[in-house]
Amino acid sequence: MSSFNPQNEIRKMKNEEFSDRRKFILNMARGVGIASLGGFIWSAYVDEVTASELTLRPPGALKEEDFLKTCIKCGLCVEACPYDTLLLSKPGDNKPLGTPYFIPREIPCYMCPDIPCVPVCPTGALDEQSVTTDGELDINVADMGVAVIDDESCIAFWGIQCDACYRACPLLGEAISIEYVRNERTGKHSYMRPVVHNDICTGCGLCEKACVTEKAAIYVLPREVALGKAGDYYIKGWDKKDEKRLENASEIKTTTELSKKSAVDSLNSGLEDLY
Amino acid sequence: MSTLWNNYRYLFLRRFTQIGLMLLYFGANAWGWTILQGNLSSSLVFGVIPLSDPYAMLQMLAAGAVIATDLLIGVAIITVIYMLIGGRAFCSWVCPINMITDAAAYIREKAGFNVIQKRQPSSRSMRYWTLGMGIFISALMGVTAFEFISPISMVHRGIVFGLGFGWAAMLIIFLFDLFVLKNGWCGHICPLGGFYSLVGKFSLIRVHHNVDNCTACMKCKTVCPEKQVLPMIDKESLPVTSGECTNCARCIEVCDDNALGFSIRGMASKNLEKNNRTGE
Repeated sequence: MSSFNPQNEIRKMKNEEFSDRRKFILNMARGVGIASLGGFIWSAYVDEVTASELTLRPPGALKEEDFLKTCIKCGLCVEACPYDTLLLSKPGDNKPLGTPYFIPREIPCYMCPDIPCVPVCPTGALDEQSVTTDGELDINVADMGVAVIDDESCIAFWGIQCDACYRACPLLGEAISIEYVRNERTGKHSYMRPVVHNDICTGCGLCEKACVTEKAAIYVLPREVALGKAGDYYIKGWDKKDEKRLENASEIKTTTELSKKSAVDSLNSGLEDLY
Repeated sequence: MSTLWNNYRYLFLRRFTQIGLMLLYFGANAWGWTILQGNLSSSLVFGVIPLSDPYAMLQMLAAGAVIATDLLIGVAIITVIYMLIGGRAFCSWVCPINMITDAAAYIREKAGFNVIQKRQPSSRSMRYWTLGMGIFISALMGVTAFEFISPISMVHRGIVFGLGFGWAAMLIIFLFDLFVLKNGWCGHICPLGGFYSLVGKFSLIRVHHNVDNCTACMKCKTVCPEKQVLPMIDKESLPVTSGECTNCARCIEVCDDNALGFSIRGMASKNLEKNNRTGE
């Protein structure tokens, strides 16, 4: 005896609708969907947190892009630093998480000759070769950043005598020199203006630490941030060395095709009215 | 007192190693100790032996970094250690997050949140997806993707080098495990857990079950943070074969009938074969 039960029929239909194959496909779709949801959030977050470009790295650090790939965030450089200069960024510092950096105004890099922070790096994110000359560690070739002067707030540019940054510089007279310029206002004195030489400056930040103004008028920025680039179009024709830059210059071709026809058409159009 | 020791001996030992290791790392930064320097991502033992996180190295490879020799040696040492003692021994004996998630799981069980939320709406294999995705995003973005979000290194670095807002990460994990998903972080999402599950697939140290002593009280399954690894309870005398077992030994402690214990994989399986043969 089989009686027709609509409830049972519906249940049966539902079961048939959700066959194993369909369940499998739905589960796959759900998995892929959740994975891409997570993936997008994850990627967006990583992109944001690694975008901080005002980060000063320890000596010998690779280029920022490579540094972020290579640094394993172990903090061995931070532990090796005898002056507690190096910090490991923590949540809230708004720097790429867990990577080493320093704030020169608080504690600058004292440029230890044996550079203890570099050889301990297990991954080579701090590259020993980049701070080595003739087989020996040489902190003077380090390239942590470059000092920049705000000449509006630097009191030496006002005419007040101050050479705190010049005196503090570990490469005294090389990375910062003093330029004498006649002070027209008094007619009797000289401006003693500090000038940073980008090619020598290591970006240690001792000048920033020493600066007497309320907020430092000389401060260190990463080179990529602070420096411009003349490019291959401009050459110091009087400087033999400068021409060497062109050896690796790449040719730039214009890819837009000029159509002579349209130019001629343009000249000839609208002539009908003349006749 | 002796029952206390008996019921919590492995828990004491685990907390001891977890906190002890953290103290060694902390001392290295604070007081210049040289026993264990660095952190869980990469460290130096006695200033000589490197240790490194293999999953971090995989991400570096994917991101396109040049891999240094020291790093490779460190990764090799860590991989071999965990292949021997059980990959996820890292999770329950070393990882600082374990204390947070254990606390959440304990409160969850005691307060009865497990009763009002029985359904676990999520698959434990999610960790293998996150594992793969970490590698994929590293390749895509050219940075070590998991290392920038890892609450494990965040917390560990926090303890050694200063916490900052790291407490928020700890709280997020705690609340997630307590209210959203039981064993949520360690048992479902963490890609490092997934990675060590794979590393420890064939590890030597295993929890073994002796069905003859079992009274089917199921205390072990209640306490286990990865209960899918205990399908043999009250059925067969078998070792835990899944790499997802964290060797935390809570099951051994809660068992009143001596039906669970640690042993070395090869030796015990020989014994089992013998038992099976005589049984058949």
